[in-house]
Order: sequence, then C-alpha cells, then structure tokens
Amino acid sequence: MTQELHNEHAVVVEGLTKRFGNFVAVDSMSFNVKRGEIFGFLGPNGAGKSTTIRMLCGLLGPTEGSARVGGYDISTEPDRVKENIGYMSQRFSLYEDLTVEENIRFYGGIYGLEGAQFEERRQWAIEMAGLRGKETALTRTLSGGWKQRLALGCAVLHQPPIVFLDEPTGGVDPVSRRDFWDLIYNLSSEGTTVFVTTHYLDEAEHCNTIGLVYAGRLIALGSPTSLKSKLERYAIYEVVSENPVDAMDLLQKQPWVAETSIFGSAFHVSTDASTGSDAEIRRTLEQGNIGISRIQRISPSLEDVFIQLIAEESEK
Amino acid sequence: MDAVRLNAVTKVFREEGQPDLVAVDNLSLSIRRGEIFSLVGPDGAGKTTTIRMMCGVLFPTSGSVEILGLDQRSHHEAIKHKIGYLSQKFSLYGDLTVDENIDFFAEIHRMKDFRKRKEELLDFMRLTPFRDRLAERLSGGMKQKLALACTLIHTPEVIFLDEPTTGVDPVSRRDFWKILSNVLKSGISIVMATPYLDEAERSARVALLNKGQLLLVDTPEKIRSSFNHPVLEIIADHPREVLHILRNIPSIRSAQLFGDRLHVVAEEGAGIRDVLESELRSRGISARSIRRVAPSLEDVFISRIS
Repeated sequence: MTQELHNEHAVVVEGLTKRFGNFVAVDSMSFNVKRGEIFGFLGPNGAGKSTTIRMLCGLLGPTEGSARVGGYDISTEPDRVKENIGYMSQRFSLYEDLTVEENIRFYGGIYGLEGAQFEERRQWAIEMAGLRGKETALTRTLSGGWKQRLALGCAVLHQPPIVFLDEPTGGVDPVSRRDFWDLIYNLSSEGTTVFVTTHYLDEAEHCNTIGLVYAGRLIALGSPTSLKSKLERYAIYEVVSENPVDAMDLLQKQPWVAETSIFGSAFHVSTDASTGSDAEIRRTLEQGNIGISRIQRISPSLEDVFIQLIAEESEK
Repeated sequence: MDAVRLNAVTKVFREEGQPDLVAVDNLSLSIRRGEIFSLVGPDGAGKTTTIRMMCGVLFPTSGSVEILGLDQRSHHEAIKHKIGYLSQKFSLYGDLTVDENIDFFAEIHRMKDFRKRKEELLDFMRLTPFRDRLAERLSGGMKQKLALACTLIHTPEVIFLDEPTTGVDPVSRRDFWKILSNVLKSGISIVMATPYLDEAERSARVALLNKGQLLLVDTPEKIRSSFNHPVLEIIADHPREVLHILRNIPSIRSAQLFGDRLHVVAEEGAGIRDVLESELRSRGISARSIRRVAPSLEDVFISRIS
C-alpha cells in the first residue's frame, strides 16, 4: 500500500472478514473511501453493515483482513482510530433527560475539549443545529429534526476527519431531512469524510459513492448514476389504466413480467428487457379487454436497481 | 359512501399550565373506498392525531368523523370491528409465536372461526414457514408483516397505518408495498401517515398537512402538474460552488445538491436557463447540462411548507 493511497483515501478496506462461530457476518470486503467524499453504505438488515461499521470504528476486531481509517490500522491502533472519528446513530447518541447544553458538555468531556476550544465548538454546535435560545430545553422535548442536528453536532464536536452516521434520518420529516443533508454537504466541503448508512434510497442519491452489501459481501460499488446504468436486463414501464387492479393481475401472470406494483393512479411493470415491451403489455391488456390510457418506459430508481441486484445475488 | 369523512375536525390538547395546543385545525377530508390515501407533512403536522381520531382512539374537540357512513362517536363499537389500526408503537407479543399472536388479535375481535383467514394471511405474508417462531426472533421486516396480518385478521374494510415502514430496510419495504397492493386488490381501503414522499407517490391521493391544517389534497400526478415553478437539473463540475452561486440568485427558490447533480426550483420559467447559464459563466463555470425535469412531490411540499 503506497503512501499516496492513504493520502487520498480516508478509509482503506482490504479483505475485511468477521466470523461469529460458523456465521460469516462480513465476507472479505474491500473498498476505499476518498477523503472528503460522502460514502453511502447500503443493504438490507443483517447484510453486515453494522458489523463493518463497528470494525471501522475500532470497536470490534476483524477475523481476517485489514482496514485503515484516517491512516490508522483498526487492529493495531484502535484507540487512534477512535480519536479520529465521530459516530452518530439517531437512536443511541443523545441523553434524552439532559438539556441541549448538557449533552454538548457531556460529549465535550468525552472528547477532552476544554476552555476556549470547548467554548468555540459549543457555540458552533448550537449555531449549526439551529438551537440558539433552546440551550436549556430537555432533549426529549425537541422535534426529530432538532435532535438529529444536535446529535450530529455532538458527533463532530472534536472535529474528526471522518464521521460515521448510522441510519441518521430514520423517521425524520422531509423538511428536516433536507436541512440535515445540507449540513452533511457542509461538513464534506470542509474536508470531513462522511460514511453514512440509510434505508432510504432517495437519500442515497446524495452520496458521491455507494457500496451495496448483501449477505456480508460488497455486491456493487459506484456513483448513483453508474449504478442505475447497471439495470440493463429489466425495463420498467409506467401504465395508466382504468382498471389497474385487474391489469396488474393479468400482467403478473405473464412469464416476461418480473414485478408489478401500484404507484398512485398508475402502476409500474418490470419486464425482462429481451422478451417484454410496451407493445407486449398493450397486447396483453387489450386481449383482456382492459383499457390503457398511457404507457411509457421510465428510468429505474436506485431502489429498483438495488432490489434487482439483491434478487440476482440471492439466486446465485 | 366514503371510507372516511372528516367534517371540520379540530383537536385541541389542553394541559394545565401549558398553552392550548391545536393539533388538528378545522380539517375536512374524504377518503374513497378502495383507495390508498396518504397523509404527509412535517413533524407536528397532526398526522398521528388525525389517524387516531379516524380510528376512534381519540375524539375530536369539535367536528365529526364518519367511517363507512357511520358516526365515530355514536357507532364506536360497530366501527371497531370494521377497521384495523397499525400504530407506530404497535407491539407484538415477543414471547408468543407468530401463530399465537394472530390468535390473540382474533380473540380481541371475538372471532369464532378464523382458521381459514389465518392460513390465507400467513400465506399472503409468506410467514407460513415461520408460524411457530417466537415473534421476538423475527427480522424487522417479518415483524412488520406479522403486525399487518394481526391488523387484517378480522377482515376490516378500512385499515389505518401510522408510519408503517419507518426503520424497515428497502427489500422489506418493497415487499410490504407488494402486500399493500394485494390488500387493496381485496377491496380494503388503506389510509396511512408517512414522512416519506416516495411512499406518498405510490398512493392514489395524498393530503399534505402542516401545523394541523390541510394545505392540499389530490392525486400525486395532479399535485406535481399543478406546481407552477420550473424545476431544473444541473450537472456541473464543482457542484458545491455551483450550489452556493445558485442560492444567491434571487429568482431561484431553492437549490439542492444530489451528489454531482443539482436540483433547482426557480421562480419563473421564462428565460431561466439563460439566467442560470450567464450567472454560472460569469463565475467561470460552464454547466455540463441544464435540463428541465418534472417536479417531485418533495419539491411541491417543501415549497408549500416553507
């Protein structure tokens, strides 16, 4: 491993493996995260995301393989790793029965911030979270969006070069989510590397690079745009019909239809790109005497891509 | 007959020593039979309170709620057996099996012969192989499906789901939506509250609430097409600099970064492309592409709320 690679990359993962008895939670994973980028780490529950994050945070040793985070080896220098990262998970990081101020003080203490340096970061966190005037409010009285911004402020109080955000936006409303992503972009423009997991694929669109994990393995890596171009085997059509329920029923029985699902007043049909087509959908529905008012091919969403990549992987 | 009708419903929470909280403010709304209807809005918009009043868990301070043509206050008992409610804090009994959890809910509704219905639901949710497993040992997605099975055991005509997919992974979420499509096919009306606009997009009609008030209600398609601000996607090098520039242009309502793309809502359509190009050029940036895109529900909602 050359020095340049470490200068360019905040996280370097090589053959990282974790076994619990016979269970392989993380299976020889390799990837790099560039300095200052927003890296989205996605996958269904139980795919190995949390185990990987715990290893990268220096909390859990790997069975095999290695990783360097901020230039430090997670196996031999876990304490240095811990000093160089911030970690936030919406569920666990704040004390609900402490005030805003007390939470910030608590984290300041953990990170060993004192005097003028603490004061400056305290002001920064309150400003950033938009909590000016609410310093003495109990954390549990804050809305989800505020809690989330406070948790982020606490996680980066010590200005770590890398921050891990584990499902940071669960249950938060759209306006707050937008504000939150603005904050993440600000951190990233200031050079902080952001490693984020989320279940919401519209959020994954915000990431520069996405790694998709399934059954402990990394099954896709790339920008959102490049991943969407991977879905070549399937074509997705949006159909507007006067009788969507019967139309979906009829189409679902066709061998070239992979999936139908309701979408507002329309529905989506995924077809095998080589055997299905809009003409085929039209013909099938006409034969069933079901009228169509519109049919058009649409581009796949990241969710479509992921569902498909995971389905293909689980067939292997 | 509508599945749900709200007639000028208001809910005020009064607590001693606290100012009155108007959670829902003069809300009138009707939800048709056989549709999926979504309530969306920011935290504190009144979504959960509205759902609870529809289910009869709370009664309005003023106004009335009708379910399937029956008044919620005077026909409370009759309505209870016609609706299903999956609350945010829905709890399964962890130390009971999948089977036993469903039995328990069937008994609450005093059902006598529910065996056939149970088999159908287990099959429907693809939970049959796991029927003897303790609920606490199920994955998050399977718990969700079991909770929905319990909500459906008494064959309700309308079901109410409060943020049913929060914290559920994308694969289980997709699965859950497939099941909802099937629930709908069986003629059941679905009302749900969700903070996620991509989910609202899947509904037949959507109501946007803010601070207890109804801002709009329509099909996702009409909501998008009635948005009279142009939306553009810009791809450029140095997107973060571009974002900063865009946010300082007065005719830009909002600009949002999505990785290497920028999503822009402008005040007016006429000549906006020229304005953007010349603003960027004057700062030495040439966009790789600027194209008009369809507004998302999120664009419309954020614009209406802020």
